[in-house]
Amino acid sequence: MVDWALIAESWPLYINGLKVSLILMAISVSASFLLSVPLAIARVSPNPLLSKPVFLYTYVIRGTPLLVQLYMIYFGLAQFEWLRESAAWPLFRNAWFCAWLAFALNSTAYTTEILAGALRQTPSGELEAARSLGLSTFSIYRRILLPSAMRRALPQYGNELVMVMHATSIASAVTIVELTRTARDVYYNNLAPLEAFGLVAVFYFVITFTLVGLVKLLEGRFLKHLRPKSADPKPA
Amino acid sequence: MFLHGYFPAILEGLRSTLLVSAVSLAIACVFGLMGAGAKLSASRAANIAADTYTTLIRGLPELVLLLLIFYGGQILINSLADKAGLGYLDINPFIAGTTTLGFIFGAYLTETFRGAILAIPRGQSEAGLAYGMSRGQVLRRIVLPQMVRHAIPGFTNNWLVMIKATALLSIIGLDDMVHRANLASAATREPFTFYAAIGGIYLAVTTVSILLLGWVERRFSLGVRKVEF
Repeated sequence: MVDWALIAESWPLYINGLKVSLILMAISVSASFLLSVPLAIARVSPNPLLSKPVFLYTYVIRGTPLLVQLYMIYFGLAQFEWLRESAAWPLFRNAWFCAWLAFALNSTAYTTEILAGALRQTPSGELEAARSLGLSTFSIYRRILLPSAMRRALPQYGNELVMVMHATSIASAVTIVELTRTARDVYYNNLAPLEAFGLVAVFYFVITFTLVGLVKLLEGRFLKHLRPKSADPKPA
Repeated sequence: MFLHGYFPAILEGLRSTLLVSAVSLAIACVFGLMGAGAKLSASRAANIAADTYTTLIRGLPELVLLLLIFYGGQILINSLADKAGLGYLDINPFIAGTTTLGFIFGAYLTETFRGAILAIPRGQSEAGLAYGMSRGQVLRRIVLPQMVRHAIPGFTNNWLVMIKATALLSIIGLDDMVHRANLASAATREPFTFYAAIGGIYLAVTTVSILLLGWVERRFSLGVRKVEF
């Protein structure tokens, strides 16, 4: 039933696709992480001039499909002649750059909301204690608010990482030969959907649960203080 | 002229997008209720089946499942039809799309519904049974109406994710809003205009959904006291 020879033959293609998917995910996630820290701070700011634009950004991104955002950047921007004649055009003509931009902008919106939600849950005593110690605003964020908010955000951030991993499959729509595109090519060349898509499903499954396991490890490290204490401690 | 006269065509695509979303949602609710029932049932086989279902779905991208079911299902059904002596059967993108999305979001709704059922104090169903109601009556009169309140936040999220996921169906050839925008962009060479336009329509749909479901949640939470800080 299953054509193992085909799987063995296309294995190197899949490994190559795996690399592309992982790189795409890594560069998108790093960019979105760096962007979302300042944006989350702006999002919880009492100053509406800071918080409202960020809210608008996350609302628009979260309310539209990623595929449409990607199409807008990759196919859409070619509409503007000033961009086509500018020095940035080689970048926007590149599918990699467009996919990276779309995924990073998309993931930034979700990560910002996750981090902002965690910041809002800060116990007010922590902030008051930091202020009474005379820490500057910058130090308060760097040493008190962000470390504890990031810990609280970890479980949800793990979900977001899995979402980005799965979202990279959409890059197959703009000529990037990542895992899903590889599976589609193998399917078109051999008309063997079970092998082509079944194998890629196994790949995604393994990556997803590796990610989940890694986040669990991080949670064990950083959320150790929140674990319930054992009910009957061992006698000393 | 507005959108070079393609606006009616785009709206027609919207109709298709909304129809696909609604049908997928209905299928997802069925899968979700079955999944939640299986997870909460006393049967170990049912527990394992439901756990496998939700774990499997969470491990895969929607697009991959969509392609697997669209292309794989096509071949599977035709080999079955062949054996049964039937002619060639065509799975259209609408059927493949709604089934797949329903199947995927059924897994997420399983968790939502399961949590919502667990949030209802057990004593209430026991009281119902003690009054001599049948299990079906307890479900219909006591569990389901209260479950709605607890399920709505998760349900809203899933619905929003699902509307956006229907955009992927354009990849397997469904004539939805994204597909219409593809055609219009190719014809007018103004892709940004059309993708931005459908982006705006998606945003409008999600906004209306949030408002409506927020209203439903308030309606089902009447009489529930909120914590006041």
